[in-house]
Amino acid sequence: MAEKKKYFKLPETDDGTTVFKVPFPENLEHLKEMSPIYIKQPYQIDYLHSYGQDSPFFAGLTAGKLLSTKCPKCGYSYGTPRLHCMYCGTECDWVELPREGYVHCFTVCHFGSEAFLPETPFILIMVEWPDVDTLFLARLVDVDPADASLDWIGMKIRAQFRRNCKLNPTDVYFVPA
Amino acid sequence: MRDVFVVSGGVSKFAKARPDRTFQPMVKEAYDYVLQDIGLEFKQAAELIEGSTASYFSDHFGRQLMGGAMTTDYLGLCPKHNKRIEGGGATGGLNFQAGWESVASGRFDIVLTYGWETMSHVNTWKGNEFIALASDVSFDYPVGGFYSGYYAMMVTRHMKEYGTTVEQLGLVSVKNHNNAFYNPYAQKRMKINIEDVRNSEMVAWPLTMLDICTMSDGAAAVLFASEEGMKKLEKATGNTIKPTKVVGVGGGMDAMRMADRPHGKVPLLPHENAEDYKNLKYPGVHSFRSGRNASIEAYKMAGIADPINELDFIELHDAYTSSEIQTYEDMGLCKYGEGGGFVESGAPFMPGLDYGYKLPEQGKIPVNPSGGLIACGHPVGATGLMQAVFGHWQCQGTIDKHFGDKTLQIKDCNRGAIHSHAGTGTYVTVSILEKGF
Repeated sequence: MAEKKKYFKLPETDDGTTVFKVPFPENLEHLKEMSPIYIKQPYQIDYLHSYGQDSPFFAGLTAGKLLSTKCPKCGYSYGTPRLHCMYCGTECDWVELPREGYVHCFTVCHFGSEAFLPETPFILIMVEWPDVDTLFLARLVDVDPADASLDWIGMKIRAQFRRNCKLNPTDVYFVPA
Repeated sequence: MRDVFVVSGGVSKFAKARPDRTFQPMVKEAYDYVLQDIGLEFKQAAELIEGSTASYFSDHFGRQLMGGAMTTDYLGLCPKHNKRIEGGGATGGLNFQAGWESVASGRFDIVLTYGWETMSHVNTWKGNEFIALASDVSFDYPVGGFYSGYYAMMVTRHMKEYGTTVEQLGLVSVKNHNNAFYNPYAQKRMKINIEDVRNSEMVAWPLTMLDICTMSDGAAAVLFASEEGMKKLEKATGNTIKPTKVVGVGGGMDAMRMADRPHGKVPLLPHENAEDYKNLKYPGVHSFRSGRNASIEAYKMAGIADPINELDFIELHDAYTSSEIQTYEDMGLCKYGEGGGFVESGAPFMPGLDYGYKLPEQGKIPVNPSGGLIACGHPVGATGLMQAVFGHWQCQGTIDKHFGDKTLQIKDCNRGAIHSHAGTGTYVTVSILEKGF
């Protein structure tokens, strides 16, 4: 009697999704009626994000200073730093922004991206300064989100800094001045 | 440059989720429609189509790179040219213009553009996180990256600057949802009123759930040809093509960070005067300079001097009710600041439909007769092509054939515009379609 050939088999494992049996029709024609199979694919990554040329801004936050840039050639001044001027291409200089500014526009986020859901409701504002040509995105705190009103636009506000910096732009936040 | 024609289009039914299909067969649904509508066989198409372009926005949503390669082989279009086009929310509109370019340049006589997005593979709030990665990850995203929040900041400025009201925003939602009631391709077909919009859940003040488009799974495809290409298609099918001619294309761009937008002067359309805007700081965060630039270019190429009277409809990118109002102004349907009053006048509503409101100028220039993104859904890479397909059917006069309902067919429709828009007004495209037979 010929011996039955034994083919190699991978060892069975218990990790990940363990499926014992998916309902399977006798007739292959019925496969097109099958409901789709879903699996979960986790995806987690730590990026090494360099702030590059914008690093001095974040260093400034740790020193309680709100920094941005100004073009030495055309004089255009930025509320959010950029190393090179958008209008003449010149390399800008670092400058300190005034501690007090004004609300240019705002919203109250009652929902948000998954990362920020635990912080809802939170208030986003764009900050303006009288002698600065562009704006800065930040959080406004110490006002009641339920009181949202267009009257907030133009509100005088003051920059506050976290003592324990996270090296995020939210290390600076604004409160009514 | 050669004349370029849209010869056929197809759209998959947009849905919250399409777990029954991966993206390639979903695109094939749109592609099969393109072929059957002009009577072209699959094998004939593979022979005649000289190249294709693929559009999908997010590598994160799909978690699949080179999706264009996988779709091109699924459609049987290998070994011919394909490339991917991407530009945020305007991905589809940019792809439409890529199709136009490849025929206008003389490179191809027949080219396919197709696009899709599968947004259902993550939960809504993770999806919002992915979308917010299309904002500066050093300065914008970490502060509370949320696109609805960004647009809400723009509209609070618009409201402060011009007196625009939340009821006017609500009216845009009423119009688009009620239009979509007659569009079988739309994801959300419902008759609503302003109270429904205001009473739905607040997302980012003052925008509610019904002020904001939803995420979708869906695909769309558009087939382009030159005069020569149309002759080849007619010979192969034995049918007469009823094309739409692309008579204008325009594009624009603005700084990614809203904070960086200038406060300068308005670039004028032919029917405007500098005097109209002498006190306006432009675009600030209340307007889309890119949308204005795209409009100027597209109108100039199409020879349009007075858009409201020289267009029969507009399909525009209403990801938010607020951005529809802002876009009326960019496209010169009214002056900057008058967008709220413009929707109240009824001008952008369909003529002859009952929306439950008094609309003195109803139907002057229907905007989003299909229901727009707010009601049709917004599978990003497909959206701009969906607008092109609906625009093509409007100009052809075939809405009844494709929708099984003639309610949304604009009478004597000859010319319309499609407008695609990305992240707070970065990439914007405007294309003008005209009846070509």
